[in-house]
Amino acid sequence: MMRIKTPTKKRIKRELDKRAPKLIETGKKTLILHGTKTSNVLNAVLAEIYHLKRDNAIKYTKKNDNVRPFESGGETSLEFFSLKTDCSLFVLGTHSKKRPNNLVLGRTYDHHLYDLVEVGVENFKSTESFSYDKKLAPHIGSKPLFAFIGEGFESVEELKHLKEVLLDLFRGEVVKNLNLAGIDRVYLCTAVSPTKVFFTQCAIRLKKSGTTVPRIELVEVGPSMDFVVRRHRLPDEGVKKQAMKTAPESTKKKEKNVKGDVIEGKVGKIYIPDQKVGSVPLPNTAKGVKRERREAKMNNEAHEPAEKKQKEDSD
Amino acid sequence: MAEYEIDLGNLMAFDPHRSFSSPPSSREELVKESLEQGTKLVQAVADTLFVLPSTEVPDGPIVTLPPPTTRLPREKPLPKPKAPTRWELFAKKKGIQKHKKDKVAFDEQTGTWKRRHGYDRVNDDKDVPIIEAKMNDEPGEDPFAKRREEKKKRVDKQEKNRLHNLKQAAKSGALPSHIQLAATALPITGSQAAPKKVGKDELQNVAGMAASATASGGKFDKKLPGEKPTKHEKKYRKFLPAAEGSGMSSLEKQQTEKVLNKLISKNSHEILNVEKAVTMYNVTEEKKRRSQKGKSFSSSSKLKPNKKSFKKMPKKGSSNKGKSK
Repeated sequence: MMRIKTPTKKRIKRELDKRAPKLIETGKKTLILHGTKTSNVLNAVLAEIYHLKRDNAIKYTKKNDNVRPFESGGETSLEFFSLKTDCSLFVLGTHSKKRPNNLVLGRTYDHHLYDLVEVGVENFKSTESFSYDKKLAPHIGSKPLFAFIGEGFESVEELKHLKEVLLDLFRGEVVKNLNLAGIDRVYLCTAVSPTKVFFTQCAIRLKKSGTTVPRIELVEVGPSMDFVVRRHRLPDEGVKKQAMKTAPESTKKKEKNVKGDVIEGKVGKIYIPDQKVGSVPLPNTAKGVKRERREAKMNNEAHEPAEKKQKEDSD
Repeated sequence: MAEYEIDLGNLMAFDPHRSFSSPPSSREELVKESLEQGTKLVQAVADTLFVLPSTEVPDGPIVTLPPPTTRLPREKPLPKPKAPTRWELFAKKKGIQKHKKDKVAFDEQTGTWKRRHGYDRVNDDKDVPIIEAKMNDEPGEDPFAKRREEKKKRVDKQEKNRLHNLKQAAKSGALPSHIQLAATALPITGSQAAPKKVGKDELQNVAGMAASATASGGKFDKKLPGEKPTKHEKKYRKFLPAAEGSGMSSLEKQQTEKVLNKLISKNSHEILNVEKAVTMYNVTEEKKRRSQKGKSFSSSSKLKPNKKSFKKMPKKGSSNKGKSK
């Protein structure tokens, strides 16, 4: 036997609908978590990444012994977390003798592991260690720019992969309309060598240039660090094909009540309901009141006013 | 400017020509150089971004971005279209058109306009005071109860159909996100008792039992993803080295002594069994007396044919001799 289970509360239904697959997706959420062991540097790195993605990230603070995405069977727990928090990007920090200050960046598709890039963190400098005008500090949730420098991002497979993951991790929601006044940060990635990438965040200063295009000045605001590429795993071909599908071009809905005219331009038609000038809205006719109760009250009032008047007279 | 790859949808610029043949000598140099390069790239993005047609709002100019050119994977698969119900399929086959009904309808019972469905609807049960009898009515049957019964049946049937349609939708994976089809207990026929639901722990135990049939007790079995190592219910036996030499050997001694002491102390009050001691004493006394008697008897007993004593005769004799001495 089957039973149809539907949420009893509207709030829960809304929450479930938010998590349902969408034709046009809103931004991916990021899960930041620790592995078996983390170092001080990694703790700081994870905190900084969380701060950069504050608007759309969840940070776990406990150690996770059984999260080992590169090993078979080690991804179960991670996939569960992804399902639980509805995150499809994750940043995992682990620290071991073999791979010190290890950062695993990865993505999931349909709450299953999609791809992984493992990088080591070196020369980490936190945001606090940079001195700059605090007015320049990027706002939370602002749309970032990206600048990738170096042919390594094209020729070396690992770096090419890392570039894609970094772009996916930090780009936020895909927007159609952008406020030009809101541009305030850029992520700078430089491929120094085939295995090393210099990563930093800069604030953008828009200076007057006399034309419509302002002159750009960059101020390093951090965090800055070097990524040393270690292991990586590319997505499965079949899954990749599935994941790369885009929403079919939406057929335009017929625009009603709008007409175009060469002379008049865009003309819209508006329908306004009858104003009912004769009747005055009474407190008892408020829509929020239950209909039965409202009607009962109306009926009572129809009878009672006469009585009340009499009372006043007697007084 | 043409040498840069610019993806305006993602606000990304990429310089694929720049390469560091020899890594910069110092870190400051590297940072300086990349900032310089970065400024150029961002300027290139700005050059294309700020010339886009914009609309002014109080917060600033707003431009419309083109779609991103760098393709990134989706988060979740594309939503599946809603699965047609059985009726929809049938209607399509027969070419039945769907047309809208008015929300309100004229109610002949009360002579007013009323809602078609829901509370206080058209042809509501409470508005039907009289149901005319028909020729084929069964006597003794309540027509009002029958009406209610029929309504209930229709509702149940609709619920059944809905479940069927949802099941079909679930098969094609197009179940609405807020609906779950949960399996309840299997239908019970006859005198069968309801099957007990097997819990997670129980399943794990069974899996553990099955694993213990292998030579390694399931230790080296290939685990499924998410499977935990089997539980070991009993205590692990520890064997301490019995040989002297290392420090551990004394532990073994201590352990056995401990056990022994325990046993002894438990039965300490029974170490001297008075009854037994008394009987033993009695027996020895008896023996003594007998042997003394036997000395006087022995001469006469010698005459008696005794096979056993035959062999031991010389010994006995000698002992007797000694004793007599």
